[in-house]
Amino acid sequence: MTGGPDAKAPDGIDAPAPQPASPAQLFRVFSGLALRGFGGVLPWAQRVLVEERRWLNRDQFVELLAFGQLLPGPNICNLAIMAGDRWFGWRGALAALGGLLAGPTAIVLALAALYAGFAEEPAVRRALAGMAAVAAGLIAATALKLAATQAPRWLAVGLLAFVGVGLLRWPLAWVVAALGPPAVALAWAGARRARGRPAAPGTGRGGGAAR
Amino acid sequence: MSAPDLLDLFARFALLSLLAVGGAMAAAPEMHRYLVGERGWLDDARFADSIALAQVAPGPNVLFVTVLGWQAGGIAGALAATLGMMLPSGLATWMAWRWKRSREDAPVVAALRTGLSPLAIGLTGSAAWVVAGGSNRDDPRLWGLTAVATLLVWRTRIGMLWLLGAGALLGALGWVG
Repeated sequence: MTGGPDAKAPDGIDAPAPQPASPAQLFRVFSGLALRGFGGVLPWAQRVLVEERRWLNRDQFVELLAFGQLLPGPNICNLAIMAGDRWFGWRGALAALGGLLAGPTAIVLALAALYAGFAEEPAVRRALAGMAAVAAGLIAATALKLAATQAPRWLAVGLLAFVGVGLLRWPLAWVVAALGPPAVALAWAGARRARGRPAAPGTGRGGGAAR
Repeated sequence: MSAPDLLDLFARFALLSLLAVGGAMAAAPEMHRYLVGERGWLDDARFADSIALAQVAPGPNVLFVTVLGWQAGGIAGALAATLGMMLPSGLATWMAWRWKRSREDAPVVAALRTGLSPLAIGLTGSAAWVVAGGSNRDDPRLWGLTAVATLLVWRTRIGMLWLLGAGALLGALGWVG
C-alpha cells in the first residue's frame, strides 16, 4: 500500500530501495537495534536502517529525525512510529515501536528488581562513565554523518541550534520557536523563487525541476 | 497503589507526554515535582537511581519513565506511567506524519523538510554535547575517549558495540572516569 517502488520514489534513487519484508521483520530489526543501544538508540537506528539495511537513505532518515524531534514525546519512539507507518501503516508503526520497547523494558525492569545499590559501586560508576563518554561520541558522529546531507548554507541553522541548545543551554522550546519558523519560511521562499523561474510556461529547458 | 492513584499517574504523564518536546528527559523535572514533591511516592535518591538504572540498560532512554512508575506502583504503576508517556505523543506523531504523507508534494511539506532538517541535526549535536558535558565533567581522559569515539564512528565502520565495551572496560579498570 505505502512506499512501493512507484512514482513517489525520491529523486536520486533509481533502483528500488530495499524494504522490510513484514511487520514481524520490522519488530525484529528494531528489537535488535534497541538492545544494542547503550547510552542512546539513535546511532544504532542510523547505522542499521541507513547503512546496513538501506531501508532509508540519509535524507529520509534526517526527515524522520526532524519530525521526531520537533513533535512531542521520545524522539526515537516517534521515529520508529513514522518509519513503521511508512512501510506497513499502523501495523508497522506498532511493530517498530513494540520492537523498540519490548526487550529493553524487560531488561530495565529486571535490573530494577535486582537493584541493591549496585549503581553505587565505584567500579560500576566508572564503567558507566567510560561507556557514557563513548555513547556521547556515537551521537556526535551520527550528527556529523547526517550533516553531510545538508547544503552548507542550511548547516548554519544547525550550527545556531547547536550553539543555543548545546553550548548556551537555552531551553529547547525557545530555540526551536526562534529558529524553526524563519528556517521554514526561508525554505518556502527559496522554493518559490526556484519554482517561479523554470516552471513558467514556454521556458522549456525540459522542465528539469518539475515533478 | 489504588485505582484512582493509577489513573492520576496515567493522566499526569499523559499531559507531560504532550509537553515533552525534545524527548522524555525534558519532562524529568516536572516528574520529580509530581512523584517526589507532590505525592511522596519516591524519595530523591530513588528518583535519581531510576534514571541511572535506565541508563545502564540498553534501549530508548524514555524507559526511565517505566522504572519511575515501577518504583512508585509496581507493574501497574510501570504500565500506567509508560502508556501515559507514550500514547498521546505517539498518536500525535502518527497523525502529523499521516498528514504530511498525504501532502508529500505540497510546497509547505517541502519547506518544513528543508527548514527543519538542519535544526534536527543541530539538536542531535547538542544532545551529544550535553551528554558528554554531564558525564565527562572536567576529566580530560573521558573527553579524549569521546573525541576518539566520535572520529572512529564518523570516519570508519568500526563496531559501535566494541567501542562501548572498551569504554566500560577502561572505566572499570580505572584508566578513565
